[in-house]
Amino acid sequence: MTSIEVAELRKLYGGTTALDGMTFTARPGRVTGFVGPNGAGKSTTMRIILGLQTADAGHALVCGRPYRSLRHPLRSLGSLLDASALHPARSGRNHLLWLAQTQGLGTRRVDEVIEQVGLASASRRTAGGYSLGMRQRLGIAAALLGDPPTIMLDEPFNGMDPEGIVWLRRFLRSLAEQGRAVLVSSHLMSELQDMAQHVVVVGRGRVIADSSVAELIAAVSGDRVRLRTSTPEPVAAALTAAGGQVVEADGLVVRRLAAEQIVAVLTANGLPFSELTPHRATLEEAYLDLTGEAVEYRGAPA
Amino acid sequence: MNLLRAEFTKFRSVPGWVRGVVGAALLILLFPLTGLGGGPGDKTSSVTGPDGQPVNNSYSFVHRPLAGDGQITVAVSKLSSEQGGPWAKAGLLMRAGSRYAAIMVTGGHGVRMQHDYLYDKAGPAARWLRLTRSGDTVTGEASADGARWTVVDKVQLSGPVQAGLFVACPSRIRGIGIADDTATAVFSSPELAGAWPVAEWAGSVVSSGAGFTMTGRGDLGPATRSDVPVGAAAGDLLFGTFPALIVIVVVGTLMVTTEYRYGVIRLSLSAGTGRVRMLLAKAVVLAGATFAAALIATALAVPLWLRVVRSLGAYVFPAGPLVLLRAEVGTAAVLASTAVLALSVGVILRRSATAVTTVVVVTVLPYLLALTPFLPPSLAQWMTRVTPAAAFAVQQTLTRYPQVDSVYTPANGYYPLAPWAGLAVLCGYTAVALTVAAVLLRRRDV
Repeated sequence: MTSIEVAELRKLYGGTTALDGMTFTARPGRVTGFVGPNGAGKSTTMRIILGLQTADAGHALVCGRPYRSLRHPLRSLGSLLDASALHPARSGRNHLLWLAQTQGLGTRRVDEVIEQVGLASASRRTAGGYSLGMRQRLGIAAALLGDPPTIMLDEPFNGMDPEGIVWLRRFLRSLAEQGRAVLVSSHLMSELQDMAQHVVVVGRGRVIADSSVAELIAAVSGDRVRLRTSTPEPVAAALTAAGGQVVEADGLVVRRLAAEQIVAVLTANGLPFSELTPHRATLEEAYLDLTGEAVEYRGAPA
Repeated sequence: MNLLRAEFTKFRSVPGWVRGVVGAALLILLFPLTGLGGGPGDKTSSVTGPDGQPVNNSYSFVHRPLAGDGQITVAVSKLSSEQGGPWAKAGLLMRAGSRYAAIMVTGGHGVRMQHDYLYDKAGPAARWLRLTRSGDTVTGEASADGARWTVVDKVQLSGPVQAGLFVACPSRIRGIGIADDTATAVFSSPELAGAWPVAEWAGSVVSSGAGFTMTGRGDLGPATRSDVPVGAAAGDLLFGTFPALIVIVVVGTLMVTTEYRYGVIRLSLSAGTGRVRMLLAKAVVLAGATFAAALIATALAVPLWLRVVRSLGAYVFPAGPLVLLRAEVGTAAVLASTAVLALSVGVILRRSATAVTTVVVVTVLPYLLALTPFLPPSLAQWMTRVTPAAAFAVQQTLTRYPQVDSVYTPANGYYPLAPWAGLAVLCGYTAVALTVAAVLLRRRDV
């Protein structure tokens, strides 16, 4: 099975719990977003998937097998953990070449992936001079070397310019369309908008939500309608009587009633209103709603 | 194989590492330049024996000619020396040109039969000595009572000889101190048998009565470094090994510590090659590159500088081609093994500076200290016996003679262990460090 599967992962660092029963599956044919605040356990999970760290309990499987049991693992899972993990004196091309050689691949495949990520012109320069965006591209090229059915990227949007972000979103979508399982972590939900079909939201080492993007947004936004009126008090009273929950904030915000029900109630009572707008939550709002309690390091209010 | 290729790509694609290894080779090749410029030495400062070695050839000798067969017998009734030298010698000597055969009692090593400077054989406890020449064979015998004789050795010696009594007494060695010594021996009247022509005793004049009393100093035997202070040893020409070693230690350490520093180690270990196998592949690539570069350097440096030094008129102790080859190959092996030691310590400590310091302290520092001429010899011996610096024994091109006391210190070019045994000590350290590194690499999270 071409998927990345983690089950009941637990990991303690000293006395603190880094992973607390982390469980999810990244399935083929879609981009799975892996989101959570910093310190939620995303990178630890990914290192355990790669066999770099050992879990205290639970298991992680790539294509149905533990990563460390794979003979040419880069042909099963392509990964990018840290884009700055390169020797600054080595050229980007040689960086990919040694990695390719561990998998029994040669210069031809290296040149192919360099072309794919658009680094051809810089590949023979030393990697120490690369911008963070170029390093991300190089890291993605490394992940593609083995033409793997599963791909795992940790914060690939970091340091990318807007053009790069657009390119990467389209690129990752196309990888999923080819039938690959693509797992992309981010601490910013907005980066995953319009790209991920599925999201796994984590906080404090465990999964908070694991659903399709559409379901997640629907669950969080619920019914929320904003309307303007010249007579807020009777309107609020009528809607509350009909079962709604009304808050005054730049007009009125109504929950628990659909737009059609609101129109019917107000029309029946002969109350004036204008600008009735059903509000759809963004992925970002859904995420903030979910992780509100799980954030480990909250900044002091400005 | 894929793994070796990958590690080689890693190595060659960091220009600093390649330059380091090439630079180390150049240091070996060019470092003797720093020793030039002293006044030319004295090529003729040494007498050489039949095999071309420098020898000591000064002693007291009372002799008469013998052309054919003959026998001489004497009792040494007393032998003493001012400093109590264990190698004070009194006995019988037959000499033909630069060759000789001798049987003697010594101050502390019993009866010995020696010939042609280099060769020595112990005999039984005895006071009576006898040399018999029959044809081209000289037989040495010793006896406690002058009646029952034991053959000590037989030596081929042809042509007319001068035969008689001799006394020699090498300088007394205490630590690194050298004190002149003089021996006095009392002989009985020599008994002659065979075809001795009519002649008087000639040579070092003696007081005679019932027998002979002779004094003597100097020695009849191979010369060592302290006898020929201006002489050079071929091993000295590889002194560039020491700066080269520091460079190689840095390269070997950085090969892995930079992986930790830049996080490349995660990429390396996630390539699925097996952690221990990756470490071994690194070690093979590093050792191979170091060995090849160093061997080219040593194989060029030794003959080149031997020629240069000799043409400048300096005396160089002779060393056979196999000894030189051993020094050349051995030095390359020392560098390769130390590189792997540095690599292993790099894995264990994961930090460049601490790893480099550690390896330099355990390898280069003991070597430098051992070369300090004023270090007590016991300490110098210890440091070149139990630390990785023991491996410098592969550079010993001088011969240590059991029958000669001398200042056999690393500073003089003599090491306490045999060449390959010394290298084995270093390889032992390397093997232990590599094993610890492998175990830690397998166990640790990265």
